[in-house]
Amino acid sequence: MTLSSHCIELDHLEAGYDRAVVGPLSFALDAGEIVALWGPNGSGKTTAMNAIGGGARVFAGEVRKRPGLRVSHQHQNPLSLRDIPLSGRELLALTSSDAAALPASLQPLLARRLSELSGGQLQLLQVWACLTAPVDVVMLDEPTNNVDAAGVALLQQVIARARDSRGVLLVSHDRRFVEALDARIVEVYRR
Amino acid sequence: MNWTAMFDPMFFIPFSTGLLVAAVLPILGMYLRLREEWLAALAFAQLAAAGSLGAAILGLPVLIGGLGVSGIAAAAKAWLVRSGNNGYAILMVAGWGASILMLANAPLADHLGHALFDGQLYFTGLSNLWSMAAFALVAAMLMRWLSGKLLLERMFPDFFRARGLSATRFHLLFDLMVAGGLALATASIGVMAAFALVFIPTMIAYQWGRSWRHSLVIATLVSVVAYVVAFEIALVEDQPFGPVLVLSLVVAASIGWSLKKLSSGSRG
Repeated sequence: MTLSSHCIELDHLEAGYDRAVVGPLSFALDAGEIVALWGPNGSGKTTAMNAIGGGARVFAGEVRKRPGLRVSHQHQNPLSLRDIPLSGRELLALTSSDAAALPASLQPLLARRLSELSGGQLQLLQVWACLTAPVDVVMLDEPTNNVDAAGVALLQQVIARARDSRGVLLVSHDRRFVEALDARIVEVYRR
Repeated sequence: MNWTAMFDPMFFIPFSTGLLVAAVLPILGMYLRLREEWLAALAFAQLAAAGSLGAAILGLPVLIGGLGVSGIAAAAKAWLVRSGNNGYAILMVAGWGASILMLANAPLADHLGHALFDGQLYFTGLSNLWSMAAFALVAAMLMRWLSGKLLLERMFPDFFRARGLSATRFHLLFDLMVAGGLALATASIGVMAAFALVFIPTMIAYQWGRSWRHSLVIATLVSVVAYVVAFEIALVEDQPFGPVLVLSLVVAASIGWSLKKLSSGSRG
């Protein structure tokens, strides 16, 4: 991996696991902007994001990062993790996230055990944990999954606010959500 | 409880050693269950028994044999298998097979074999106590550092990876610590009692804990109370300690299940 003046820069990236399934893909992400990877199911959006996070293999091209860049990466975790006896507050503390700044409607979730939360409530806490962690770039994979309309509206607010101080890379199948965030859209196609 | 007997060195040393084991093993068990690798406890206990028997046959210190074999197994498992119970199941049956073969072919190891499988806590000496005390100290310091990393890796694996942290390194360190703890515990309380102290208090804590911190307290309390009760019963009734401890933990688990069923029934 080489260094970049952008936060993150993909240069003709071809990535996958056993073989390349996405790319060549090129784009850059800077602080203060939201980039949304857009494409049909199975086009490799998540794989491209995983390649940036180190969870997928780069077969050709490059992922360049700014020196010292701190990245958080969230995707939907299996609901079986809810059996782990962790409170909402402890979940946020794992990423050094700011629990005090959590919106008032979510504050009651802090004292509850994860098994007492709905899938949507857990998803909101996980997204918040990554969004407010002390990082330069936030990568969110399908953040609106399981989240109701009020939760989606809340996510729009907090992601838009996060843009002020960091870059946000997003994978979402929800076009209205992406457009409401005024995100720059990068089309992704399967090889 | 016969507290006067506790101050007799003949009982004080075994009691204190077992108390340390009962305080430490459930903490390790909480993180093994977090990784869904609770079978590791039985695997390392079986391997420690095999190592101890091998050392006894070769005329070497049994503690070194138990620690050495389980430590090597932990390193080999971390290298060969990334995570999950498969690797531990193989290690467990390997430890059992080797132990039984050594017992069948080396009658001199028979006495030690009984102690390891029955759990004869009353035969532990000062070397067991000091080893366990040193381990408890090191484990307490290491777990303060490792806890957040193990939890982060489990709850936010992509976040963990994106921060450039190495799960393999932390897992190996934790596995080595579990192997060491189980080896020392097995030498004092036997294979099944060591496994039960890892497995049952954490199972109860996962049911009742309101948070991770609360669950750690529950697991330790259940373990220590069950241990003290078992020590007293085994002493007064002149029974082998290991089975008594295992059964007292089973009673604790049954009480936990019953109360949970009652409380969920009253809510429903």
